[in-house]
Amino acid sequence: MNDPKIEVRNVSKIFGKSPQQGVKMLNEGMTKKEILEKTGMTVGVNKASFKVYAGEIFVIMGLSGSGKSTLVRMFNRLIDPTSGEVLIDGQDIVKMKPKDLREVRRTKLGMVFQKFALFPHRTVLSNTEYGLEMRGIDKKTQREKAMEALRLVGLEGYENSYPSELSGGMQQRVGLARALANDPDILLMDEAFSALDPLIRKDMQNELLELQEKMEKTIIFITHDLDEALRLGDRIALMRDGSIVQIGTAEEILINPANDYVERFVEDVDLSKVLTAAHVMKRPEKLLAERGPRVALQIMKEVGISSVYIVDKGRKLIGAITAQDAADAVKNGKKIEEVMIRDIQTVSPDTLLTDLLECVATASLPVAVVDEENRLEGIIVRGAVLAALAGDEIQLNGKEVN
Amino acid sequence: MAIPKIPLAEWIDHFVNFLRDTLEPFFNLISDGIGSFVDLLVWLLTIIPPSILIILFTGIALWVSRWSTAIFTAIGLLLIYNLGYWDGTIDTLALVLTSVIISIVIGIPIGIGISQNDRARNIVTPILDFMQTMPAFVYLIPAILFFGIGVVPGIIASVIFAMPPTIRLSNLGIRQVPEDLIEAANAFGSTTKQKLLKVQLPLAMPTIMAGINQSVMLSLSMVVIASLVGAPGLGADVYRAVTQIKVGVGFEAGFVIVILAIILDRISQNIGIKK
Ligand SMILES: Nc1ncnc2c1ncn2[C@@H]1O[C@H](COP(=O)(O)OP(=O)(O)O)[C@@H](O)[C@H]1O
Ligand SMILES: [Mg+2]
Repeated sequence: MNDPKIEVRNVSKIFGKSPQQGVKMLNEGMTKKEILEKTGMTVGVNKASFKVYAGEIFVIMGLSGSGKSTLVRMFNRLIDPTSGEVLIDGQDIVKMKPKDLREVRRTKLGMVFQKFALFPHRTVLSNTEYGLEMRGIDKKTQREKAMEALRLVGLEGYENSYPSELSGGMQQRVGLARALANDPDILLMDEAFSALDPLIRKDMQNELLELQEKMEKTIIFITHDLDEALRLGDRIALMRDGSIVQIGTAEEILINPANDYVERFVEDVDLSKVLTAAHVMKRPEKLLAERGPRVALQIMKEVGISSVYIVDKGRKLIGAITAQDAADAVKNGKKIEEVMIRDIQTVSPDTLLTDLLECVATASLPVAVVDEENRLEGIIVRGAVLAALAGDEIQLNGKEVN
Repeated sequence: MAIPKIPLAEWIDHFVNFLRDTLEPFFNLISDGIGSFVDLLVWLLTIIPPSILIILFTGIALWVSRWSTAIFTAIGLLLIYNLGYWDGTIDTLALVLTSVIISIVIGIPIGIGISQNDRARNIVTPILDFMQTMPAFVYLIPAILFFGIGVVPGIIASVIFAMPPTIRLSNLGIRQVPEDLIEAANAFGSTTKQKLLKVQLPLAMPTIMAGINQSVMLSLSMVVIASLVGAPGLGADVYRAVTQIKVGVGFEAGFVIVILAIILDRISQNIGIKK
């Protein structure tokens, strides 16, 4: 991969009387709770280190109080780190002078806030122009860029309204437009959609994904909601008590929770929207047609199954035969091709469990998982899907994924 | 055993004398400045015929407030004119306006200053408490010493008494701007000045105006006291009526002050709140 857009190195934040002492205690391995009990100081963020790459949506997720807002505010130094480095395009902003910091804030970093934080005395347009105005850009360009940003978020025609006249969803669009008007490389979004009701929230998530396809910003997205993290995050960092406990793709986190905490966090997730056919399929018993019905019957008896899939020499799926049909064929001296079922329900490996449920429920045979070339990859039995939805790990053959 | 009295009064006398002697040119300058300003205001308000002035004030009332205020203003001023207190009202108005303008010019910057710095606020707040709890009468004494007799010491005493709310509420208004708006302003790279001008002051405006409104009322409440050191106007009419036990005249003058107070209150309450 190329150079990281943002790199956070060993960043800590202690709130309290003598933060440096707090950092020392962290380095000695004391926990947030111990430091609070001993000194009364609060650990906001505990030695966080990670890299974020250009064009990525990097989600930081954790329960309330886990340090997400503190962490994201150290990216633009709304909060100064107690120790550590925050590199943006290789420059450590922690050491930056106020003037240079302002320049970075004006040109590279846009921020969207949980409670919108729109200026109530300014119109939608003038809110959107705010960042450009701070940079001293001429009025005409300000207007053009702000209008463009408003168009992007679908707020054309609302330029002259005041924020208080808009619904929550629309207000947050203004928040987004205000951040986009500057055309920053990086968007910091602190629980940007958490204050919206669920349906609007889903719309906004989709729109953000659509926008991201066009814009390819680097987005740091904070949330306490796992579903949101899974929908948006290219990668997800999980925080607890100020520490980052796991970083990975949605799948990695769900399938291999790093510890009990992550596990408990992901426990309630709607697995049907995350897990795919590949996660729950089993290795298929398959057979070349020319081996004949007698062999087919033999295999089924050995393995203890009631049907077997038939493939050609290129592993391509051509049909399936049940034990009953195989026995009849042996009796009547027929070939497999003459009796096998050709009309077979197939799915691709990345079909979500939600979509699988129906096929599995109606199919008389196990559902076949095939790749684009129609090669048989695996089969899915009804029990496996239900077990996976119940969160039963043993049924997840994680190793065969990828 | 008797502990000898601490000579507080003597100390203060010495201190005030010392100030007067060393800073005399400075006090003279201030005195001349304020004096000319009041004279100018009085002159302006006098060359405009009362009828036009009444229309003007009614217009202002209508512009910043509602119909009812405008009607009250018109009737009130006509009544004042009819009762024969027009000149006194002009003098009082000039005194109040000057005090309030000085309060604003000095008070808002101080309010802004202490809003940016907790230490400064902790120093200034007890001084403001002191200024407001000290009987207003007391300010007349140093005011006379430094500025002599007439309208200027009256204004100085009014300013000391009336300025604290403007300072307090400017500070409060700026500090009350929600934290997330300050964060937003910072996140978009505002300088301290940009943040102040584009976000904090506009949002603090209603609160600052409430402070100015209080200053107007307080300085109006000082007019009788100011007349003790020779400031002309309605206060002087009341004072004279009291010393000569003229109940009717005293009531009239007091009534006129009340009318003026209501008009100034309604107008200054609504300036700045209206978009
Ligand atoms: N200004 C502050 N002073 C003291 N403690 C703070 C401050 N801001 C946050 N904290 C503490 O730091 C921890 C992390 O807070 P925060 O970053 O807001 O969490 P999150 O955004 O994940 O809910 C919490 O324990 C919180 O109480
Ligand atoms: Mg938060």
